Amino acid sequence: MDFQGFWTFAVNRSEKAWALLGEHAVLVFIAIAIAIILGIIIGILITYSKPASHAALWICQILMTIPSLAMFGLLLPFFGIGFKTGVTTLILYSLLPIVRNTYTGIKEIDPSILEAAQGMGMKESSILFRIKLPLAAPVIMAGVRTATVMIIGIAAIASYIGAGGLGHFIFQGINRWNMNMVLLGAIAVSILAIIVDFLMKKVEHRMVTK
Amino acid sequence: MIKLENVTKIFPGSKQPAVDRLNLEVPEGEVCVLVGPSGCGKTTTMKMINRLIEPSEGKIYINGTDTATVNPIKLRLDIGYVIQEIGLFPHLTIAENIATVPREKRWPADRIRARVDELLDLVGLDPEIYRNRKPSDLSGGQRQRVGVARAMAADPPILLMDEPFGAVDPITRAHLQNEFIRIQEQMKKTIIFVTHDIDEAIKMGDKIAVMRDGKLIQYDTPDNLLSQPADDFVAALVGRNRSIKRLHLIKVRDVVLNEIPTVKPLDPVDTVKQVFEGSKYRVVMVVNDAHRLMGVIGPEKLKRYGDGVTAGDIMEECQSTIELGATLNDALSVMLNYGERYVAVLGRKKELQGIITLGYLLELVKDDAA
Repeated sequence: MDFQGFWTFAVNRSEKAWALLGEHAVLVFIAIAIAIILGIIIGILITYSKPASHAALWICQILMTIPSLAMFGLLLPFFGIGFKTGVTTLILYSLLPIVRNTYTGIKEIDPSILEAAQGMGMKESSILFRIKLPLAAPVIMAGVRTATVMIIGIAAIASYIGAGGLGHFIFQGINRWNMNMVLLGAIAVSILAIIVDFLMKKVEHRMVTK
Repeated sequence: MIKLENVTKIFPGSKQPAVDRLNLEVPEGEVCVLVGPSGCGKTTTMKMINRLIEPSEGKIYINGTDTATVNPIKLRLDIGYVIQEIGLFPHLTIAENIATVPREKRWPADRIRARVDELLDLVGLDPEIYRNRKPSDLSGGQRQRVGVARAMAADPPILLMDEPFGAVDPITRAHLQNEFIRIQEQMKKTIIFVTHDIDEAIKMGDKIAVMRDGKLIQYDTPDNLLSQPADDFVAALVGRNRSIKRLHLIKVRDVVLNEIPTVKPLDPVDTVKQVFEGSKYRVVMVVNDAHRLMGVIGPEKLKRYGDGVTAGDIMEECQSTIELGATLNDALSVMLNYGERYVAVLGRKKELQGIITLGYLLELVKDDAA
Protein backbone atom coordinates (compact mmCIF):
# COMPACT_ATOMS: atom_id res chain seq x y z
CA MET A 1 0.00 0.00 0.00
CA ASP A 2 1.56 3.26 -0.93
CA PHE A 3 0.18 6.40 0.63
CA GLN A 4 1.32 8.75 -2.13
CA GLY A 5 -0.55 6.69 -4.70
CA PHE A 6 -3.71 6.68 -2.61
CA TRP A 7 -3.55 10.43 -2.11
CA THR A 8 -3.18 11.12 -5.83
CA PHE A 9 -6.08 8.77 -6.50
CA ALA A 10 -8.26 10.48 -3.89
CA VAL A 11 -7.51 13.97 -5.26
CA ASN A 12 -8.31 12.82 -8.80
CA ARG A 13 -11.61 11.33 -7.74
CA SER A 14 -12.55 14.09 -5.28
CA GLU A 15 -15.41 15.42 -7.37
CA LYS A 16 -17.05 12.01 -7.59
CA ALA A 17 -16.30 11.39 -3.90
CA TRP A 18 -18.09 14.56 -2.80
CA ALA A 19 -21.09 13.65 -4.96
CA LEU A 20 -21.28 10.16 -3.44
CA LEU A 21 -20.82 11.58 0.05
CA GLY A 22 -23.78 13.86 -0.62
CA GLU A 23 -25.93 10.93 -1.77
CA HIS A 24 -24.88 8.97 1.28
CA ALA A 25 -25.74 11.80 3.65
CA VAL A 26 -29.14 12.40 2.01
CA LEU A 27 -29.95 8.68 2.21
CA VAL A 28 -29.05 8.55 5.93
CA PHE A 29 -30.73 11.86 6.69
CA ILE A 30 -34.06 10.91 5.12
CA ALA A 31 -34.01 7.50 6.78
CA ILE A 32 -33.17 8.86 10.22
CA ALA A 33 -35.73 11.66 9.97
CA ILE A 34 -38.52 9.18 9.25
CA ALA A 35 -37.17 6.73 11.85
CA ILE A 36 -37.13 9.45 14.55
CA ILE A 37 -40.78 10.27 13.95
CA LEU A 38 -41.85 6.63 13.75
CA GLY A 39 -39.58 5.44 16.56
CA ILE A 40 -40.60 8.12 19.04
CA ILE A 41 -44.30 7.58 18.31
CA ILE A 42 -43.95 3.82 18.77
CA GLY A 43 -41.78 4.32 21.85
CA ILE A 44 -44.38 6.60 23.44
CA LEU A 45 -47.32 4.36 22.58
CA ILE A 46 -45.77 1.23 24.08
CA THR A 47 -45.20 2.95 27.45
CA TYR A 48 -48.96 2.65 27.94
CA SER A 49 -49.13 -1.15 27.48
CA LYS A 50 -46.80 -3.74 28.86
CA PRO A 51 -47.65 -6.52 26.35
CA ALA A 52 -47.29 -4.07 23.46
CA SER A 53 -43.90 -2.93 24.73
CA HIS A 54 -42.67 -6.52 24.94
CA ALA A 55 -43.92 -7.27 21.43
CA ALA A 56 -42.58 -4.08 19.85
CA LEU A 57 -39.14 -4.34 21.43
CA TRP A 58 -38.95 -8.01 20.50
CA ILE A 59 -39.81 -7.32 16.85
CA CYS A 60 -37.27 -4.49 16.66
CA GLN A 61 -34.67 -6.78 18.17
CA ILE A 62 -35.39 -9.47 15.57
CA LEU A 63 -35.10 -6.90 12.76
CA MET A 64 -31.62 -6.03 14.02
CA THR A 65 -30.45 -9.62 13.76
CA ILE A 66 -31.26 -9.89 10.05
CA PRO A 67 -28.01 -9.39 8.09
CA SER A 68 -28.20 -6.13 6.17
CA LEU A 69 -27.52 -7.70 2.79
CA ALA A 70 -30.43 -10.12 3.37
CA MET A 71 -32.67 -7.28 4.48
CA PHE A 72 -32.00 -5.36 1.24
CA GLY A 73 -32.74 -8.53 -0.67
CA LEU A 74 -35.97 -9.20 1.22
CA LEU A 75 -37.28 -5.70 0.58
CA LEU A 76 -36.36 -5.57 -3.12
CA PRO A 77 -39.61 -7.23 -4.29
CA PHE A 78 -41.65 -4.58 -2.43
CA PHE A 79 -39.77 -1.40 -3.19
CA GLY A 80 -37.69 -2.28 -6.25
CA ILE A 81 -34.12 -1.45 -7.05
CA GLY A 82 -32.84 1.87 -5.76
CA PHE A 83 -33.36 4.57 -3.22
CA LYS A 84 -36.71 3.44 -1.70
CA THR A 85 -35.46 0.02 -0.65
CA GLY A 86 -32.32 1.64 0.76
CA VAL A 87 -34.24 4.14 2.87
CA THR A 88 -36.75 1.53 4.11
CA THR A 89 -33.99 -0.82 5.22
CA LEU A 90 -32.17 1.92 7.06
CA ILE A 91 -35.40 2.97 8.79
CA LEU A 92 -35.97 -0.59 10.01
CA TYR A 93 -32.45 -0.75 11.43
CA SER A 94 -32.78 2.61 13.19
CA LEU A 95 -36.03 1.71 14.89
CA LEU A 96 -34.66 -0.44 17.72
CA PRO A 97 -32.33 2.11 19.33
CA ILE A 98 -34.86 4.92 18.98
CA VAL A 99 -37.91 2.94 20.14
CA ARG A 100 -36.01 1.35 23.00
CA ASN A 101 -34.47 4.61 24.22
CA THR A 102 -37.76 6.48 23.98
CA TYR A 103 -39.41 3.71 25.99
CA THR A 104 -36.67 3.51 28.65
CA GLY A 105 -36.26 7.28 28.80
CA ILE A 106 -39.93 7.67 29.71
CA LYS A 107 -40.10 4.61 31.96
CA GLU A 108 -37.08 5.70 33.98
CA ILE A 109 -38.59 9.03 35.03
CA ASP A 110 -38.89 9.24 38.82
CA PRO A 111 -42.47 8.03 39.52
CA SER A 112 -42.99 10.74 42.14
CA ILE A 113 -42.61 13.38 39.40
CA LEU A 114 -45.39 11.76 37.39
CA GLU A 115 -47.55 11.23 40.47
CA ALA A 116 -47.22 14.91 41.34
CA ALA A 117 -48.10 15.90 37.77
CA GLN A 118 -51.12 13.61 37.70
CA GLY A 119 -52.22 14.55 41.21
CA MET A 120 -52.20 18.24 40.36
CA GLY A 121 -54.58 17.61 37.49
CA MET A 122 -52.31 17.79 34.42
CA LYS A 123 -53.85 16.22 31.34
CA GLU A 124 -52.01 13.21 29.90
CA SER A 125 -51.09 15.29 26.82
CA SER A 126 -49.56 18.00 29.03
CA ILE A 127 -47.68 15.42 31.05
CA LEU A 128 -46.34 13.85 27.83
CA PHE A 129 -45.20 17.05 26.13
CA ARG A 130 -44.21 19.14 29.15
CA ILE A 131 -42.78 16.47 31.47
CA LYS A 132 -42.13 13.06 29.93
CA LEU A 133 -40.59 13.99 26.56
CA PRO A 134 -38.35 16.80 27.86
CA LEU A 135 -37.07 14.55 30.66
CA ALA A 136 -36.55 11.61 28.29
CA ALA A 137 -34.95 13.80 25.59
CA PRO A 138 -31.28 13.11 26.40
CA VAL A 139 -31.92 9.34 26.40
CA ILE A 140 -33.90 9.55 23.14
CA MET A 141 -31.11 11.63 21.63
CA ALA A 142 -28.57 8.98 22.61
CA GLY A 143 -30.69 6.40 20.76
CA VAL A 144 -30.88 8.62 17.68
CA ARG A 145 -27.11 8.99 17.75
CA THR A 146 -26.53 5.24 17.98
CA ALA A 147 -28.97 4.68 15.12
CA THR A 148 -27.44 7.36 12.90
CA VAL A 149 -23.87 6.18 13.27
CA MET A 150 -24.96 2.58 12.70
CA ILE A 151 -26.88 3.28 9.49
CA ILE A 152 -24.10 5.44 8.08
CA GLY A 153 -22.20 2.14 7.97
CA ILE A 154 -25.11 0.08 6.71
CA ALA A 155 -25.92 2.66 4.03
CA ALA A 156 -22.63 1.73 2.32
CA ILE A 157 -24.19 -1.63 1.48
CA ALA A 158 -27.28 0.09 0.05
CA SER A 159 -25.40 1.03 -3.09
CA TYR A 160 -25.34 -2.72 -3.89
CA ILE A 161 -29.06 -2.48 -4.62
CA GLY A 162 -28.59 0.79 -6.47
CA ALA A 163 -29.39 3.30 -3.76
CA GLY A 164 -26.16 5.22 -4.35
CA GLY A 165 -23.74 6.58 -1.78
CA LEU A 166 -20.15 5.89 -0.82
CA GLY A 167 -20.71 2.13 -1.04
CA HIS A 168 -20.40 2.67 -4.78
CA PHE A 169 -16.62 3.13 -4.41
CA ILE A 170 -16.35 0.09 -2.17
CA PHE A 171 -18.23 -2.33 -4.44
CA GLN A 172 -16.67 -0.99 -7.65
CA GLY A 173 -13.24 -1.15 -6.03
CA ILE A 174 -13.77 -4.80 -5.06
CA ASN A 175 -14.95 -5.70 -8.57
CA ARG A 176 -11.98 -4.00 -10.23
CA TRP A 177 -9.48 -5.09 -7.60
CA ASN A 178 -8.78 -1.38 -6.98
CA MET A 179 -7.79 -1.15 -3.33
CA ASN A 180 -7.37 2.65 -3.46
CA MET A 181 -10.99 2.94 -4.46
CA VAL A 182 -12.19 0.61 -1.66
CA LEU A 183 -10.09 2.54 0.81
CA LEU A 184 -11.40 5.91 -0.32
CA GLY A 185 -15.00 4.72 0.13
CA ALA A 186 -14.31 3.15 3.51
CA ILE A 187 -12.41 6.13 4.91
CA ALA A 188 -15.08 8.56 3.72
CA VAL A 189 -17.79 6.50 5.44
CA SER A 190 -15.78 6.39 8.67
CA ILE A 191 -15.07 10.11 8.67
CA LEU A 192 -18.73 10.87 8.04
CA ALA A 193 -19.70 8.62 10.96
CA ILE A 194 -17.13 10.16 13.30
CA ILE A 195 -18.14 13.74 12.47
CA VAL A 196 -21.86 13.02 12.84
CA ASP A 197 -21.24 11.18 16.10
CA PHE A 198 -19.22 14.09 17.46
CA LEU A 199 -21.84 16.68 16.53
CA MET A 200 -24.71 14.65 17.94
CA LYS A 201 -22.82 14.02 21.17
CA LYS A 202 -22.53 17.78 21.56
CA VAL A 203 -26.29 18.18 21.15
CA GLU A 204 -26.89 15.36 23.63
CA HIS A 205 -24.63 16.92 26.26
CA ARG A 206 -26.39 20.23 25.92
CA MET A 207 -29.69 18.47 26.54
CA VAL A 208 -28.39 16.79 29.71
CA THR A 209 -26.99 19.95 31.27
CA LYS A 210 -30.16 21.87 30.46
CA MET B 1 -66.44 20.26 53.18
CA ILE B 2 -65.20 16.76 52.45
CA LYS B 3 -67.36 13.79 53.36
CA LEU B 4 -66.43 10.13 53.04
CA GLU B 5 -69.32 7.70 53.22
CA ASN B 6 -68.67 3.99 53.77
CA VAL B 7 -65.58 4.21 51.59
CA THR B 8 -63.90 0.86 50.96
CA LYS B 9 -60.91 0.01 48.80
CA ILE B 10 -59.90 -3.53 47.98
CA PHE B 11 -56.87 -3.70 45.70
CA PRO B 12 -56.98 -6.40 43.00
CA GLY B 13 -55.44 -9.64 44.21
CA SER B 14 -55.81 -8.77 47.87
CA LYS B 15 -58.45 -10.14 50.25
CA GLN B 16 -57.89 -7.65 53.03
CA PRO B 17 -59.45 -4.25 52.28
CA ALA B 18 -56.86 -1.44 52.33
CA VAL B 19 -59.60 0.89 53.52
CA ASP B 20 -62.60 -0.57 55.26
CA ARG B 21 -66.01 1.20 55.39
CA LEU B 22 -64.54 4.56 56.32
CA ASN B 23 -66.79 7.41 57.38
CA LEU B 24 -65.20 10.80 57.82
CA GLU B 25 -66.32 14.40 57.65
CA VAL B 26 -63.87 17.27 57.36
CA PRO B 27 -65.42 20.72 57.87
CA GLU B 28 -64.35 23.61 55.65
CA GLY B 29 -61.16 25.37 56.70
CA GLU B 30 -59.99 22.63 59.04
CA VAL B 31 -56.89 20.48 59.04
CA CYS B 32 -57.68 16.78 59.33
CA VAL B 33 -54.62 14.64 60.00
CA LEU B 34 -54.77 10.97 59.03
CA VAL B 35 -52.32 9.15 61.25
CA GLY B 36 -51.42 5.53 61.77
CA PRO B 37 -48.72 2.94 61.15
CA SER B 38 -47.58 2.25 57.58
CA GLY B 39 -50.09 0.16 55.66
CA CYS B 40 -53.03 1.46 57.68
CA GLY B 41 -54.68 2.91 54.58
CA LYS B 42 -54.11 6.60 55.26
CA THR B 43 -52.42 7.38 51.93
CA THR B 44 -54.97 5.26 50.04
CA THR B 45 -57.75 7.23 51.72
CA MET B 46 -56.15 10.50 50.69
CA LYS B 47 -55.64 9.40 47.10
CA MET B 48 -59.28 8.40 46.77
CA ILE B 49 -60.27 12.01 47.42
CA ASN B 50 -58.61 13.25 44.20
CA ARG B 51 -59.37 9.96 42.45
CA LEU B 52 -55.77 8.88 41.94
CA ILE B 53 -57.27 5.71 43.37
CA GLU B 54 -60.92 4.85 42.71
CA PRO B 55 -62.87 3.55 45.71
CA SER B 56 -64.26 0.00 45.41
CA GLU B 57 -67.35 1.00 47.34
CA GLY B 58 -68.78 4.06 49.04
CA LYS B 59 -69.03 7.68 48.08
CA ILE B 60 -66.90 10.76 48.53
CA TYR B 61 -68.53 14.18 48.51
CA ILE B 62 -66.88 17.55 48.17
CA ASN B 63 -69.29 20.34 49.10
CA GLY B 64 -72.14 17.94 48.51
CA THR B 65 -71.02 16.86 45.01
CA ASP B 66 -70.25 13.18 44.48
CA THR B 67 -66.67 13.20 43.19
CA ALA B 68 -67.33 10.12 41.05
CA THR B 69 -69.49 12.32 38.82
CA VAL B 70 -66.77 14.95 38.27
CA ASN B 71 -64.10 14.68 35.56
CA PRO B 72 -60.94 13.64 37.49
CA ILE B 73 -58.76 16.26 35.76
CA LYS B 74 -61.21 19.01 36.68
CA LEU B 75 -61.49 17.63 40.21
CA ARG B 76 -57.71 17.60 40.72
CA LEU B 77 -57.13 21.10 39.35
CA ASP B 78 -59.07 22.40 42.36
CA ILE B 79 -57.28 20.21 44.91
CA GLY B 80 -53.69 21.03 45.84
CA TYR B 81 -51.42 17.99 46.10
CA VAL B 82 -48.13 17.67 47.97
CA ILE B 83 -46.23 14.42 48.41
CA GLN B 84 -43.20 13.54 50.50
CA GLU B 85 -40.90 13.14 47.49
CA ILE B 86 -42.30 16.51 46.30
CA GLY B 87 -41.87 15.53 42.65
CA LEU B 88 -40.66 18.90 41.42
CA PHE B 89 -40.04 18.91 37.67
CA PRO B 90 -36.23 18.97 37.45
CA HIS B 91 -36.05 20.46 33.94
CA LEU B 92 -38.26 23.44 34.76
CA THR B 93 -37.42 26.53 36.79
CA ILE B 94 -38.97 27.15 40.20
CA ALA B 95 -41.34 29.69 38.63
CA GLU B 96 -42.39 27.22 35.92
CA ASN B 97 -42.91 24.51 38.52
CA ILE B 98 -45.18 26.72 40.59
CA ALA B 99 -47.03 27.85 37.44
CA THR B 100 -48.04 24.27 36.54
CA VAL B 101 -51.70 24.39 37.53
CA PRO B 102 -52.33 28.03 36.52
CA ARG B 103 -50.89 27.11 33.10
CA GLU B 104 -53.19 24.12 32.84
CA LYS B 105 -56.02 26.48 33.73
CA ARG B 106 -54.82 28.84 30.97
CA TRP B 107 -54.31 31.90 33.11
CA PRO B 108 -52.80 34.88 31.24
CA ALA B 109 -49.01 35.10 31.54
CA ASP B 110 -48.86 38.29 33.61
CA ARG B 111 -51.33 36.90 36.14
CA ILE B 112 -49.22 33.74 36.45
CA ARG B 113 -46.06 35.80 36.94
CA ALA B 114 -47.63 37.90 39.68
CA ARG B 115 -49.02 34.81 41.40
CA VAL B 116 -45.66 33.01 41.34
CA ASP B 117 -43.93 35.96 43.03
CA GLU B 118 -46.70 36.23 45.58
CA LEU B 119 -46.39 32.53 46.45
CA LEU B 120 -42.59 32.59 46.67
CA ASP B 121 -42.94 35.47 49.12
CA LEU B 122 -45.55 33.54 51.06
CA VAL B 123 -43.30 30.52 51.56
CA GLY B 124 -40.33 32.73 52.42
CA LEU B 125 -38.24 32.47 49.25
CA ASP B 126 -37.10 35.73 47.64
CA PRO B 127 -38.62 35.71 44.11
CA GLU B 128 -35.70 37.73 42.71
CA ILE B 129 -33.27 35.02 43.78
CA TYR B 130 -35.26 31.83 43.31
CA ARG B 131 -37.65 32.47 40.40
CA ASN B 132 -35.25 31.28 37.72
CA ARG B 133 -33.36 28.61 39.64
CA LYS B 134 -33.73 24.90 39.02
CA PRO B 135 -34.92 22.50 41.74
CA SER B 136 -31.44 20.97 41.92
CA ASP B 137 -30.06 24.33 43.14
CA LEU B 138 -32.30 24.21 46.23
CA SER B 139 -31.91 22.59 49.65
CA GLY B 140 -34.38 19.95 50.82
CA GLY B 141 -36.27 22.45 52.95
CA GLN B 142 -36.50 24.94 50.11
CA ARG B 143 -37.81 22.26 47.75
CA GLN B 144 -40.53 21.40 50.24
CA ARG B 145 -41.52 25.06 50.29
CA VAL B 146 -41.70 25.14 46.50
CA GLY B 147 -43.81 21.97 46.63
CA VAL B 148 -46.28 23.68 48.95
CA ALA B 149 -46.26 26.85 46.82
CA ARG B 150 -46.93 24.78 43.69
CA ALA B 151 -49.87 23.04 45.35
CA MET B 152 -51.40 26.39 46.33
CA ALA B 153 -50.73 28.09 42.99
CA ALA B 154 -54.30 28.27 41.72
CA ASP B 155 -55.64 28.89 45.24
CA PRO B 156 -57.47 25.56 45.55
CA PRO B 157 -59.89 25.36 48.49
CA ILE B 158 -58.62 21.88 49.38
CA LEU B 159 -55.08 20.61 49.94
CA LEU B 160 -53.99 16.97 50.15
CA MET B 161 -50.62 16.54 51.80
CA ASP B 162 -48.85 13.19 52.15
CA GLU B 163 -46.02 13.50 54.69
CA PRO B 164 -45.11 16.85 53.15
CA PHE B 165 -42.33 17.56 55.65
CA GLY B 166 -41.11 13.97 56.00
CA ALA B 167 -37.89 14.22 54.01
CA VAL B 168 -36.11 16.99 55.92
CA ASP B 169 -34.15 17.14 59.18
CA PRO B 170 -36.09 17.72 62.45
CA ILE B 171 -35.14 21.38 62.91
CA THR B 172 -36.07 22.30 59.33
CA ARG B 173 -39.23 20.25 59.71
CA ALA B 174 -40.32 22.14 62.83
CA HIS B 175 -39.63 25.37 61.00
CA LEU B 176 -41.66 24.35 57.94
CA GLN B 177 -44.50 23.15 60.15
CA ASN B 178 -44.64 26.46 62.00
CA GLU B 179 -44.60 28.41 58.77
CA PHE B 180 -47.30 26.22 57.37
CA ILE B 181 -49.45 26.77 60.45
CA ARG B 182 -48.94 30.51 59.99
CA ILE B 183 -49.95 30.28 56.31
CA GLN B 184 -52.97 28.13 57.12
CA GLU B 185 -54.13 30.70 59.70
CA GLN B 186 -54.43 33.20 56.85
CA MET B 187 -55.63 30.83 54.12
CA LYS B 188 -58.12 28.64 55.96
CA LYS B 189 -57.89 25.79 53.46
CA THR B 190 -59.55 22.45 54.02
CA ILE B 191 -56.59 20.14 54.43
CA ILE B 192 -56.14 16.38 54.54
CA PHE B 193 -52.71 15.78 56.01
CA VAL B 194 -51.21 12.30 56.11
CA THR B 195 -48.41 11.42 58.52
CA HIS B 196 -47.13 8.49 60.57
CA ASP B 197 -45.74 10.89 63.17
CA ILE B 198 -48.21 11.38 66.03
CA ASP B 199 -46.33 14.45 67.29
CA GLU B 200 -46.74 16.09 63.89
CA ALA B 201 -50.41 15.11 63.90
CA ILE B 202 -50.96 16.70 67.31
CA LYS B 203 -49.19 19.85 66.23
CA MET B 204 -50.80 20.32 62.81
CA GLY B 205 -54.29 18.93 63.22
CA ASP B 206 -57.57 20.56 64.14
CA LYS B 207 -58.85 17.00 64.16
CA ILE B 208 -56.93 13.75 64.06
CA ALA B 209 -58.17 10.55 62.46
CA VAL B 210 -56.30 7.55 63.85
CA MET B 211 -56.36 4.61 61.41
CA ARG B 212 -55.37 0.98 61.71
CA ASP B 213 -55.83 -1.86 59.21
CA GLY B 214 -57.99 0.34 57.01
CA LYS B 215 -60.37 1.24 59.81
CA LEU B 216 -60.95 4.53 61.54
CA ILE B 217 -60.25 3.98 65.25
CA GLN B 218 -60.75 7.47 66.63
CA TYR B 219 -61.58 10.85 65.11
CA ASP B 220 -61.12 13.64 67.59
CA THR B 221 -59.37 16.86 68.51
CA PRO B 222 -55.71 16.55 69.59
CA ASP B 223 -56.67 17.48 73.13
CA ASN B 224 -59.33 14.78 73.40
CA LEU B 225 -57.05 12.24 71.74
CA LEU B 226 -54.48 12.85 74.45
CA SER B 227 -56.92 12.93 77.35
CA GLN B 228 -59.36 10.22 76.21
CA PRO B 229 -57.75 7.72 73.85
CA ALA B 230 -60.45 5.39 72.50
CA ASP B 231 -58.52 2.16 73.08
CA ASP B 232 -55.12 0.71 73.94
CA PHE B 233 -53.89 1.15 70.37
CA VAL B 234 -54.52 4.90 70.40
CA ALA B 235 -53.14 5.16 73.93
CA ALA B 236 -49.95 3.41 72.83
CA LEU B 237 -49.74 5.63 69.76
CA VAL B 238 -49.98 8.89 71.68
CA GLY B 239 -47.58 7.53 74.29
CA ARG B 240 -47.49 7.24 78.04
CA ASN B 241 -46.28 10.67 78.99
CA ARG B 242 -49.15 12.59 77.54
CA SER B 243 -48.65 15.77 79.57
CA ILE B 244 -45.26 16.14 77.90
CA LYS B 245 -46.96 15.64 74.52
CA ARG B 246 -49.01 18.70 75.35
CA LEU B 247 -45.84 20.67 74.65
CA HIS B 248 -46.90 20.18 71.03
CA LEU B 249 -50.23 21.81 71.69
CA ILE B 250 -49.12 24.91 73.57
CA LYS B 251 -48.09 27.78 71.30
CA VAL B 252 -45.19 30.03 72.25
CA ARG B 253 -47.46 32.98 71.45
CA ASP B 254 -49.85 32.07 74.27
CA VAL B 255 -47.30 31.70 77.06
CA VAL B 256 -44.38 33.98 76.12
CA LEU B 257 -43.04 36.11 78.99
CA ASN B 258 -43.20 39.65 77.61
CA GLU B 259 -41.77 41.47 80.64
CA ILE B 260 -38.14 41.31 79.76
CA PRO B 261 -35.51 43.91 80.56
CA THR B 262 -33.49 45.11 77.59
CA VAL B 263 -30.59 47.43 76.92
CA LYS B 264 -29.41 49.35 73.83
CA PRO B 265 -26.04 48.66 72.17
CA LEU B 266 -24.60 52.03 73.28
CA ASP B 267 -25.54 51.63 76.96
CA PRO B 268 -22.47 51.41 79.21
CA VAL B 269 -21.74 48.15 80.97
CA ASP B 270 -22.74 49.63 84.32
CA THR B 271 -26.27 50.11 83.07
CA VAL B 272 -26.29 46.53 81.84
CA LYS B 273 -25.18 45.34 85.29
CA GLN B 274 -27.99 47.26 86.94
CA VAL B 275 -30.52 45.82 84.55
CA PHE B 276 -29.12 42.33 85.08
CA GLU B 277 -29.36 42.59 88.85
CA GLY B 278 -32.91 43.85 88.70
CA SER B 279 -33.95 41.00 86.38
CA LYS B 280 -35.07 37.50 87.23
CA TYR B 281 -33.36 36.11 84.10
CA ARG B 282 -29.73 35.11 83.81
CA VAL B 283 -29.35 36.99 80.55
CA VAL B 284 -29.81 40.53 79.24
CA MET B 285 -31.09 41.11 75.72
CA VAL B 286 -29.64 43.91 73.57
CA VAL B 287 -32.09 45.49 71.14
CA ASN B 288 -31.89 48.34 68.63
CA ASP B 289 -34.34 51.21 68.24
CA ALA B 290 -36.68 49.03 66.17
CA HIS B 291 -36.66 46.57 69.09
CA ARG B 292 -34.84 44.00 66.97
CA LEU B 293 -32.64 41.60 68.88
CA MET B 294 -28.95 42.47 68.34
CA GLY B 295 -27.37 40.09 70.84
CA VAL B 296 -27.31 38.81 74.40
CA ILE B 297 -25.06 39.34 77.39
CA GLY B 298 -24.56 36.65 80.03
CA PRO B 299 -23.21 36.93 83.62
CA GLU B 300 -19.66 35.78 82.72
CA LYS B 301 -19.19 38.72 80.35
CA LEU B 302 -20.51 41.19 82.91
CA LYS B 303 -18.02 39.96 85.48
CA ARG B 304 -15.11 40.38 83.11
CA TYR B 305 -15.77 43.86 81.76
CA GLY B 306 -16.04 47.21 83.54
CA ASP B 307 -15.93 50.91 82.68
CA GLY B 308 -15.55 52.30 79.20
CA VAL B 309 -17.19 49.36 77.46
CA THR B 310 -20.67 49.40 75.96
CA ALA B 311 -23.26 46.66 75.72
CA GLY B 312 -22.65 46.46 71.96
CA ASP B 313 -18.98 45.64 72.57
CA ILE B 314 -19.53 42.60 74.76
CA MET B 315 -22.81 41.15 73.44
CA GLU B 316 -22.81 37.78 71.74
CA GLU B 317 -24.92 36.59 68.85
CA CYS B 318 -28.14 34.93 70.02
CA GLN B 319 -28.86 31.70 68.16
CA SER B 320 -31.38 30.35 70.59
CA THR B 321 -34.44 32.03 69.04
CA ILE B 322 -37.91 30.96 68.04
CA GLU B 323 -40.90 32.45 66.26
CA LEU B 324 -44.25 33.23 67.90
CA GLY B 325 -46.15 30.52 66.02
CA ALA B 326 -43.92 27.69 67.24
CA THR B 327 -44.88 25.24 69.96
CA LEU B 328 -43.25 24.71 73.33
CA ASN B 329 -41.85 21.47 71.99
CA ASP B 330 -40.00 23.44 69.32
CA ALA B 331 -38.77 25.85 71.99
CA LEU B 332 -37.41 22.93 74.01
CA SER B 333 -35.66 21.51 70.93
CA VAL B 334 -33.98 24.85 70.26
CA MET B 335 -32.76 25.05 73.87
CA LEU B 336 -31.35 21.54 73.69
CA ASN B 337 -29.81 22.21 70.31
CA TYR B 338 -27.90 25.32 71.41
CA GLY B 339 -27.36 24.26 75.02
CA GLU B 340 -29.13 27.32 76.45
CA ARG B 341 -31.61 27.56 79.31
CA TYR B 342 -33.75 30.07 77.43
CA VAL B 343 -35.04 30.99 73.99
CA ALA B 344 -35.63 34.52 72.77
CA VAL B 345 -39.02 34.82 71.11
CA LEU B 346 -39.02 36.87 67.91
CA GLY B 347 -41.83 38.30 65.78
CA ARG B 348 -42.05 38.16 62.01
CA LYS B 349 -39.58 40.99 61.49
CA LYS B 350 -37.16 39.55 64.06
CA GLU B 351 -38.32 42.02 66.72
CA LEU B 352 -37.96 40.78 70.31
CA GLN B 353 -41.28 39.64 71.76
CA GLY B 354 -40.13 38.06 75.00
CA ILE B 355 -38.46 35.01 76.45
CA ILE B 356 -39.19 31.43 77.48
CA THR B 357 -36.91 29.81 80.00
CA LEU B 358 -36.39 26.13 80.67
CA GLY B 359 -37.63 26.41 84.26
CA TYR B 360 -40.79 28.19 83.14
CA LEU B 361 -41.42 25.63 80.42
CA LEU B 362 -41.13 22.71 82.87
CA GLU B 363 -43.42 24.57 85.25
CA LEU B 364 -46.08 24.78 82.52
CA VAL B 365 -46.00 21.03 81.92
CA LYS B 366 -46.11 20.29 85.64
CA ASP B 367 -49.25 22.37 86.04
CA ASP B 368 -50.74 20.59 83.12
CA ALA B 369 -50.11 17.17 84.59
CA ALA B 370 -51.53 18.08 87.98
